[in-house]
Amino acid sequence: MNAAVRGAVAVPPVSKAVAAHAIAPRAGGRPWTFYVLSTVFVFYVLALYGPMICIYVLSFQDVRGGLVFPMRGLSLHWFVDLFTQVRTGDVKGSFERSIKLAAIVTVATVIMSFLAGWAFRRRFVGDGVVFYLMIGSLVAPGLVLSIGVGLVLHFIGVEGAWYTSAIGAQLSWTLPFGVLVMFAVMSRFDRAWEEAAYDLGATRWQTIRLVVIPILAPGLVAVALFGFTLSYDEFARTLQTAGSLNTLPLEIWTMTLNITSPSLYALGTVTTIISFVIIAICLGAIASIQKRRAVRVPAI
Amino acid sequence: MAVGAGSIELAGLVKSFDGFVNAVDGVNITIPDKAYCCLLGPSGCGKTTILRMIAGHDDPTAGEILIGGENVVGLAPVARRTAMMFQSYALFPHLNVRDNIAFSLRVRGMSKAARHKAADAMMEKVRLSEFADRLPAQLSGGQQQRVALARAAITEPRVLLLDEPLSALDEFLRIQMRQELRSMQRDLGITFVHVTHTQLEAIALADLVVVMEKGKIRQAGAAREVYASPKDRYVAEFLGGQNVLTGQVRTVNGHHAVVAAPTGTGITVPLTPGVRVDVGDPITIAVRRDDVEIVGPGHAPDAGEKTASVSSRVTAIEYQGYFVKVMLDAGNNADFVVYVSERKFFTNPVNVGDAVLATWPVDHARILAHDH
Repeated sequence: MNAAVRGAVAVPPVSKAVAAHAIAPRAGGRPWTFYVLSTVFVFYVLALYGPMICIYVLSFQDVRGGLVFPMRGLSLHWFVDLFTQVRTGDVKGSFERSIKLAAIVTVATVIMSFLAGWAFRRRFVGDGVVFYLMIGSLVAPGLVLSIGVGLVLHFIGVEGAWYTSAIGAQLSWTLPFGVLVMFAVMSRFDRAWEEAAYDLGATRWQTIRLVVIPILAPGLVAVALFGFTLSYDEFARTLQTAGSLNTLPLEIWTMTLNITSPSLYALGTVTTIISFVIIAICLGAIASIQKRRAVRVPAI
Repeated sequence: MAVGAGSIELAGLVKSFDGFVNAVDGVNITIPDKAYCCLLGPSGCGKTTILRMIAGHDDPTAGEILIGGENVVGLAPVARRTAMMFQSYALFPHLNVRDNIAFSLRVRGMSKAARHKAADAMMEKVRLSEFADRLPAQLSGGQQQRVALARAAITEPRVLLLDEPLSALDEFLRIQMRQELRSMQRDLGITFVHVTHTQLEAIALADLVVVMEKGKIRQAGAAREVYASPKDRYVAEFLGGQNVLTGQVRTVNGHHAVVAAPTGTGITVPLTPGVRVDVGDPITIAVRRDDVEIVGPGHAPDAGEKTASVSSRVTAIEYQGYFVKVMLDAGNNADFVVYVSERKFFTNPVNVGDAVLATWPVDHARILAHDH
């Protein structure tokens, strides 16, 4: 490049176009590290999404389809199979259970995380201990926790079920996340808003209903999203606590052991679509709240 | 009733947050009804704590707060009929201007139509009508302040409490909004208590300036009184505009004392009633910077005993527009400043390094009370 420029300057009778070309900055003037890191990133993304994409692709085979590539035909056969064949397992029932369970866990997570975040606005005696107790269950291995819950239930003679013990076991997973998100949200909450509401005559309840919750709404949606997705695909903690009826992840696990058709993949595709729809709804809700409050008119 | 509805009396007011240090340490003051009062002091002097106690956001550790003659300690802000304007304005970010202003009416249970009508009338008053549907984030600092004012004023308070209301604005807007606050106070006809750490803001606005330090009141009075006649060194230095000199009393005769000056013959000052001065005492005197005149080299000082003077050397000169700030090295009083009017300075200019005489009429100097 430098040589080219020098050449262009040293030899006067070059055409204008050539000179311009020589002096113009190189199109991809990037250091070699850019290419190395880009390559690493591409492999990272492939490793992250490649396996999932394989599942989605293979679920669209026709009746001849198998569990491995190459792809045989193109149809929705295995999706139909999923919802019609009894031998594929209790997909409908487990899906319903999972959605209900996730809904209950989400509501509990949002309420408890909100209250915890609210309590932690101020310091109190033992707040550090309480905080680490809340976060600690993240560290506990899920399967061990699950077995522990199962043992305790057996000991006290209570039958575990997805709507009792599984809720508790899943909350030990969703609550720490919910609380951490809530802390981040609360850190941007100006206590002067609360005081202003009190100053203007609002009761405690009016303050929470008219000021606190609307301001924190995007954060609460984020907590709900966490709660729902973490619960919806929770496996380890649910394994020993769901009782006799399976949730969807447990059902899928069972199916991998005895089903050898692409209907398993079709199930994966369907559940993924459901997850994405829920995430899209939540993010859309947050975005619309944020947009409403965004600075659209520049300050004068 | 002898006291006006918006008069405030603080009696023996003490606030301690930790039980050891008193953030507010025995404050007694009466703020008359419909007055504009500024609490002035550096950060941490307890002025905001006093404001919050009057507002009902903090409870005093000891003492009484009387508004309109009744003790309001323990009452909610609405029951006190006070309203507070927060430093950050604390506008609700999810509500538009109209709903922010109507908030207090909403929590009182007023119907939507009625409260919007009231809010619209208030917006008309503070020239916010065109912004009714905007959110706070879409307003400029000055507009936000007007919303905060309107939101507080719609509760029809008898006392409006303002916590550093101008600190979030830039210099230009600050001076403009300052006037708006003052005229708003006149229009509403209520008591304003305004916390600030800017002395210019306080003396420009207030009927009553309360100068504070470390939880105590150092001086309270009219703006001119605290500026021109500071009681002690702290007030003199905080308000600025004064040269503070210290020295030993050499002689005392009837109405005057003569202080041994670091340079020159000695400074004669009039005695202040109530401040006892004995020969040999160290005393502090103050002379306003604009009362001092500089007599250049080669000029004889004005004859006569009515003038006191300090001989000195010019260390720096700053052009300030309508006046020139001349800094002098007057012995151990490192900070001796003279404000010379612009025309006067340039009819007989001095230069850095010149030996000069700083003189002032004897009666313009004041003896300050001892610092505690």
